[in-house]
Amino acid sequence: MKMLARGGRAFGRFWWDFLIGDTPEFFVATLAIVLLALLLRHQRDIAFFVLPLAAVICLVASSLRGRGGSSGTP
Amino acid sequence: MNTTSTVVLLLAVFGATAVEMVEALTIVVAAGVTRGWRSAVEGAAAAVAVLTVIVLAAGVPLVHYVPIDALRVAVGALLLVLGLSWLRKSILRASGHKPLHDEDAIFAATSAELTGDTDSGGRARGSRDAQGFAVSFKGVFLEGTEVVLIVVSLGASQHRLGLASAAAGAAAVIVGIIGIVVARQLSRVPENTIKTGVGIMLCSFGLFWIGEGAGLHWPGNDLAILALVGVFLLVTLITVRMLQLPEPSR
Repeated sequence: MKMLARGGRAFGRFWWDFLIGDTPEFFVATLAIVLLALLLRHQRDIAFFVLPLAAVICLVASSLRGRGGSSGTP
Repeated sequence: MNTTSTVVLLLAVFGATAVEMVEALTIVVAAGVTRGWRSAVEGAAAAVAVLTVIVLAAGVPLVHYVPIDALRVAVGALLLVLGLSWLRKSILRASGHKPLHDEDAIFAATSAELTGDTDSGGRARGSRDAQGFAVSFKGVFLEGTEVVLIVVSLGASQHRLGLASAAAGAAAVIVGIIGIVVARQLSRVPENTIKTGVGIMLCSFGLFWIGEGAGLHWPGNDLAILALVGVFLLVTLITVRMLQLPEPSR
């Protein structure tokens, strides 16, 4: 039972680190992109620009934010 | 299946596996040198076996029982989160805002830790060593978990689980052979460049599958992946350049 609980915690921690970790903005941005894709599925011309733009803005903003924290682990 | 998406799938899986294998191999070599090769190799092989079982257990039901559009949105979201995260790390490393992944340092640290334990434990050379096995297993298993996610995600979303697994296996074997030949010189592998390339491909695939799963049909079908690769590559280069410029003084 203890082993199961420990395994469950490790599993949860893995997904937390994987999806959120120290860059929660990517998780939020990805949810927003999925939502945008669903909302704009009938307006393809707009979607083709908006989806990559949203991902790119998030990547650049997060990288600029990371400029300050140069002591991160490799 | 379009050739473009198959090629990008192969490159992404191969590159991701190669990067993670370099990291895992550093630990296996450190365990082998300090605690004996038998246990290190057995630990690595056991981890690969467990990872293979996970790919089969998770991938096959996904391919057969989950509706393809829902699967593509979920897989696309996973790939995008992972890709953005890899790309951010690569950008910060390439621009000097984060230290490069130093295999020599990891090798030295792991070896020192294991050598210290040998001195206190008094292990008989050539016999099975529990700690060498455990360290090797953990190194391969932890580094391999992301590879499993990429293999299952990309393989399942395109119904090419076998091909994705084969690409991962090929990368693991090639890196393994290189590791045996060059042993401790894994630091020469251009890890950050490979990671940047894989990050770009994961982001492109992720965005593509989110769109396809949501009912959008990208112009040019799978060729849109190449356009997305171009966009992310350009943005990565520009961002690295931006971050290399000195910060304006306030």
